[in-house]
Amino acid sequence: MDSKSFLDKEEKPIGVVGVGSFGAAIAIMLAEKVDVLVYARKPEIVEEINSKNTLSGKAIPENIRATTEPEELCKQCDLLFFMISSSGFQEVTRSFAPYLFPYHVIIHGTKGLCLNLPEGKNLDQMKRMKRSQILTMSEVITEETVVVRVGCLAGPNISKELRQGQPAATVVASKYNEVILEGQRLLRSDKFQVYGNSDMIGVELSGVLKNIIAIAAGALAGLGLGENAKGLLISRGMVEMIHLGNELGGSIKSVMGLAGIGDLVTTCNSVHSRNYTVGYRLAKGENLQEIIEDMEEVAEGINTVRIIRAFLESTDLRAPITENLYKVLFEGVPISDALQFLMKYPFSVDVDFV
Amino acid sequence: MEEKYLKRKYEPILPKKAEWPVVKLARERKEFVVKVSKEAEDRILKITGNDSEILKEELETTMYREKLRIKQNPWAVDPDDEADFWGDVKRDLLTLSTGPKLSEKKKFEEYNKILYRITNRYAEEIASNFKATHYKFTRSVVTYGFSRLLNAARVKGFRSIFSNQYTLQDKIQITGETDQLRDLATKGTIVMVPTHFSNLDSILIGWIISVLGLPPFIYGAGLNLFNISIFAYFMNALGAYKVDRRKKNLLYLETLKTYSKEAIQFGCHSLFFPGGTRSRSGNIEKKLKLGLLSTAIEAQRANYQEGKFDVSGKVFVVPVTINYHFVLEAPSLIKDYLSITGQERYYKENDEFSNSYKISKFLVKFFTKGSDISVSVGKAMDVLGNFVDEDGRSLDKNGRVINTQDYFISDGKISEDTQREEEYTNRLGIRIVEEFHKINRVFSSHLVAFTAFEIIKKENSKLDLFDLIRLPEEEIHIPYSDFKEACQIVLNQILVLKSQGLINTAPHLALPMDELIEDGLRNVGMYHAKRPLIKDSEENLVTEDMSLLYFYHNRLTGYGLEKLFR
Repeated sequence: MDSKSFLDKEEKPIGVVGVGSFGAAIAIMLAEKVDVLVYARKPEIVEEINSKNTLSGKAIPENIRATTEPEELCKQCDLLFFMISSSGFQEVTRSFAPYLFPYHVIIHGTKGLCLNLPEGKNLDQMKRMKRSQILTMSEVITEETVVVRVGCLAGPNISKELRQGQPAATVVASKYNEVILEGQRLLRSDKFQVYGNSDMIGVELSGVLKNIIAIAAGALAGLGLGENAKGLLISRGMVEMIHLGNELGGSIKSVMGLAGIGDLVTTCNSVHSRNYTVGYRLAKGENLQEIIEDMEEVAEGINTVRIIRAFLESTDLRAPITENLYKVLFEGVPISDALQFLMKYPFSVDVDFV
Repeated sequence: MEEKYLKRKYEPILPKKAEWPVVKLARERKEFVVKVSKEAEDRILKITGNDSEILKEELETTMYREKLRIKQNPWAVDPDDEADFWGDVKRDLLTLSTGPKLSEKKKFEEYNKILYRITNRYAEEIASNFKATHYKFTRSVVTYGFSRLLNAARVKGFRSIFSNQYTLQDKIQITGETDQLRDLATKGTIVMVPTHFSNLDSILIGWIISVLGLPPFIYGAGLNLFNISIFAYFMNALGAYKVDRRKKNLLYLETLKTYSKEAIQFGCHSLFFPGGTRSRSGNIEKKLKLGLLSTAIEAQRANYQEGKFDVSGKVFVVPVTINYHFVLEAPSLIKDYLSITGQERYYKENDEFSNSYKISKFLVKFFTKGSDISVSVGKAMDVLGNFVDEDGRSLDKNGRVINTQDYFISDGKISEDTQREEEYTNRLGIRIVEEFHKINRVFSSHLVAFTAFEIIKKENSKLDLFDLIRLPEEEIHIPYSDFKEACQIVLNQILVLKSQGLINTAPHLALPMDELIEDGLRNVGMYHAKRPLIKDSEENLVTEDMSLLYFYHNRLTGYGLEKLFR
């Protein structure tokens, strides 16, 4: 038998996969309560953490250790936080799969989508996509591994503010109560409130879809438009998120929660948000390629716009903000034209989803 | 391999009757009923949080509903003392709430006593009355009777009734993972989940289990079937325990679940019709009613809690599909389906199996006309839906061995978590439906019914289902050439799906298309007074009953074949 069940009593370290800005913030929060073992692909990062207790030169708690070995992490930890961008998510998950067993619990914090396409196909060749070809991160995990107790973290969690210890809240969503409770136990503190939600897909989608609206919000700001325009965008954006989320299998309620409207308002007002920055710089006249090239971490929204656009082709749904943003990002349509189109779009009903 | 149907003789895996789990259970019936009653009591106390007030409310609700049922919906099978029993319960409950003041503790104890009386009564009612001698007798009656009828029908001429040329196995083909099933039945406990279209299924499966040399399986049969004494005899003989669908109160449901769970833990192989009831639409169950399925998961976890980590404590779930050309109850089932349209509500069961005469008439029809049945046994899975190897070990998608107990571990030990197990039950349900679709075997009649209905639907694309079914039958004509062309398109897609392992086909689908259609038309709903699909004198396809055509068409929904008609 090559599978091994842990049956000891001592509290094991918690695993964190990926030490980008959000991963690092979560690792530091966890370290207040338990030992943390982080996984990073680059040996120099692991070396830095283990020998100097710093990450990118900044001090981190002593009870955070690091490894480059997925096997090591899976052996030592029962609960793993996957904090990696969607572009690397499938690959990393696959590298962990051989060492994961059904007793493991995984909570991820990635607000993006992956694809499940036939061999040899990529996003460029897909004019239209069905729901089954789009995977949320929890679906990637259950697809690639034997782990079933999966959860996600979503909500307005700007890493910089978290690391400064400012008050904030998050949602832990899972179909399993035990995952929610464990997430709450580990993350809750005087400065950090943790809500539970059983509609995991809805919460994941809220986090994913709000990035589209965040790019648009950045663009409005870049054009120098005011607060009225932003209010308009946020409310219409929410309607779009609701319809898309529903079509993709989430519940309407989750979009109304912290992971939906909460995160939406935050990202649409935040110069720290990568997605917002993309929109802002586009409106200032830079082109997409330049912007992507000099960003340190991925702006998930760009990829999400492409995927959702392809998904829309397979449905009867209209999502004017996403569709026009696609034209701006990938078809060279000027932002002002897209805005014009949106202002003329026959939105006749304010609220049509309840 | 599927071309050669199994017509082999299987040796019994447990030759001595005394070793059969169901015989052992029958021997210990008394203790077992007490055990179930007690555990059900504990479960209900846990659900009510050991709170006197909540418990009282549950008891009162149960009593009230039971009294109402006795008045409004009595059955022949109900015991005579029912009214008395519930009268006593009512009196005792009343005394407790209005009588002399008792301490909280004492009061709780009294409520508890009433609770136990009820769970004990339910457990006694549910428990099967299996008798090995009856089983043996029934089995030979079924086999003998069936083969007599069969030979009378097929071998022409005088004394044909004594011919042994045809046996039941010519009529009913068993395919799939039969060896694995036999093997695992000696190692662990089997939970078989067949699709459910007809009341004949339980007898059919019972017969198949015995042909495969397996000891009898226990299963929950609707109490209504026990109304007919001859059926009651058969059911008892086949190891059936009783499920009363009229009783929907918490106490009953918990007792029933406990019974099923304990029987699995006892090592009794069990049979669940996971649809709960026959498929009214003719669909393969898309979303299963999960009821008793959760008890398989509970039993597995409880075995682990008791330290049974080896294969003897393992529960294997085996999906089985039964494929017919013809479902006797189709007309009333589809009528029910269309009138309920998904809403749960009370309706009178309109049963073709309501009396012995109708059953015998059906059996004669069934055997005198040549219509085949095939039963496909799927691969065994653990309770999480992972396939297992020859030693019963669970495998992940990449063939790596995993431990099923790991699914029940939190904080390093096996734990009980009702919410988690509910989710696991949903997962298992989804996996079973997936497997149903894969092992489902397409018959010619399914193909013609599906194609004809989709053509009609396409031509009337503006109509919704209900209007479509109300189309006047005389207005529907499909020219044969169009029909043949469409059948070929559907068949091609079915073969593509088959090559991907997503569906299976009966060998007769290899016939040339004209013959295939011929065969399909001959067989589709062949015993109904109004035929769902026939050819008229001008070689057009016409229907005599749209809703029946819809029923038989539904057998092929869920594969995305509808898209071929867009």
